[in-house]
Amino acid sequence: MASSLYEWIDERLGVTEAIAFARHKMVPVHAQSFWYYWGGISLFLFLVQIFTGILLLVYYRPGADAFESVRQITYVMHFGWLIRSAHSWSANLFIFAILVHMFSVYFMKAYRRPREVGWITGIGLLFLAAAFGFSGYLLPMDELSYFATKVGLGIPASLPVIGGPIATMLRGGPDVSQFTVQRFFALHVVVLPLLFLPLLGVHLWLVQKHGNAMPPSEEGKPVSARKTVPFFPNFMQKDLAMWLISLNILALLASVFPWDLGKQADALSPAPAGIHPEWYFMAPFHMLKILGNWLPGATGEVIGILLFTAGLGLWVVIPFYDAEHTTGRRSRFAHYFGLFAVASLILTTALGYWGIR
Amino acid sequence: MSDSLVPIATHPETENTTTRRAFLGAAAVAGICYAGSLGYPIYEYLASPAEMAANETAVTEVTLKAAHTLEPGSALMFKFGSSPALLIHASDNTWVAFSAVCTHLGCTVEFQPEQNRIHCACHGGIYDPRTGKNIGGPPPRPLTSYKVDLVPDGVTVSRA
Repeated sequence: MASSLYEWIDERLGVTEAIAFARHKMVPVHAQSFWYYWGGISLFLFLVQIFTGILLLVYYRPGADAFESVRQITYVMHFGWLIRSAHSWSANLFIFAILVHMFSVYFMKAYRRPREVGWITGIGLLFLAAAFGFSGYLLPMDELSYFATKVGLGIPASLPVIGGPIATMLRGGPDVSQFTVQRFFALHVVVLPLLFLPLLGVHLWLVQKHGNAMPPSEEGKPVSARKTVPFFPNFMQKDLAMWLISLNILALLASVFPWDLGKQADALSPAPAGIHPEWYFMAPFHMLKILGNWLPGATGEVIGILLFTAGLGLWVVIPFYDAEHTTGRRSRFAHYFGLFAVASLILTTALGYWGIR
Repeated sequence: MSDSLVPIATHPETENTTTRRAFLGAAAVAGICYAGSLGYPIYEYLASPAEMAANETAVTEVTLKAAHTLEPGSALMFKFGSSPALLIHASDNTWVAFSAVCTHLGCTVEFQPEQNRIHCACHGGIYDPRTGKNIGGPPPRPLTSYKVDLVPDGVTVSRA
């Protein structure tokens, strides 16, 4: 009975082929295998984002009513505080997991030929995640989100000629208002998912196509000395275990440290003391601040934006610079560039938090 | 010599199946608890408005300010808890109140003084405006009627 049902399904969906493919797919086992889980963890947290986001969508009202609806979710609806907290916490963990994934890919040189497109789509996904974070941060329309958005949109506004119109277009007017919430909402729940999902599809397809990259230390070993496990079921079991651990950490954080809702945003009240961007925007924010102190007026901001964009540009094209599977000068330079990037991000983030302490 | 290598356990198979069964049972219970502790908050979250409406339905009395000035032969729609209701001041100066939810399929009914009836536009249900009794069309039951008391500054409607 069960086997004839399986045959019926298999004949139509090709389950056996899919399982055979998954069994055939091998995952390398070595000292750095731990880092292989972080792409999967990012994917899992993205799924949590979709799920909790849909739940919030059940009661959230963009526009003039935004703060009131979030207040209702947080204080009136049963467990609304938990759903909202889980959405905010998983958003932060999501960005954290992506960053870990990206830097582990970088230092394991998993961007090298033929994985250049995987690297570029991954960075695209990181940018979209940051845009999700920035747009989602405004939606509650409390004091912090209001001023964070004001400051954040002030950065493109400092660019000459094109800056002003860009910022006005993003805000839907000269200042952050209910129109800004409405369009950020459209971005957050429609436009960004429409861009993210196909890009994620390509990214995941490339992982299937090329498999896990081996770090140079493993590539140096003879084939007979390399160890692998099948993706299905061995690696998948561990992947799922990681998902479960992530879910438990998320549940713990979301329930023990519920996400705060501040006072309703008021265009006439001054910015609260110690206002700062989310941690993942702290580094660029602080770099701009440092440059702004050195150079007067908008010059600092413009140079900061240009420097940061140039750095990101180099980061994106690194697979084309360091494409060969050798340990030459280019390989070493890429490695030092990565160390420099990590060090400057950590340092400026720390300085930023030190400044608002 | 080979004799000494025989396992000591006497009934290894029965022991294995019991422990495996116990383990799978415990895992299933733990899994159900886990899923339940995730599902319960989500269920409660989604059920919040229904619960709020249920609390509103628990209302037993509504005072309608200034409703005593209602002209004879006219009616007033009001909310009794979460559902619409109808207060009628009949031309013979009597007061009645009914739930305005049609007993057929839940449309909101209307008092039509010129025909002296309560009418439901959805499927043509007709009720008697003095008693709320279903007198025509598909409604299976009379409208729920409420008790009406005239108070100095208005009208109080309560569950009969």
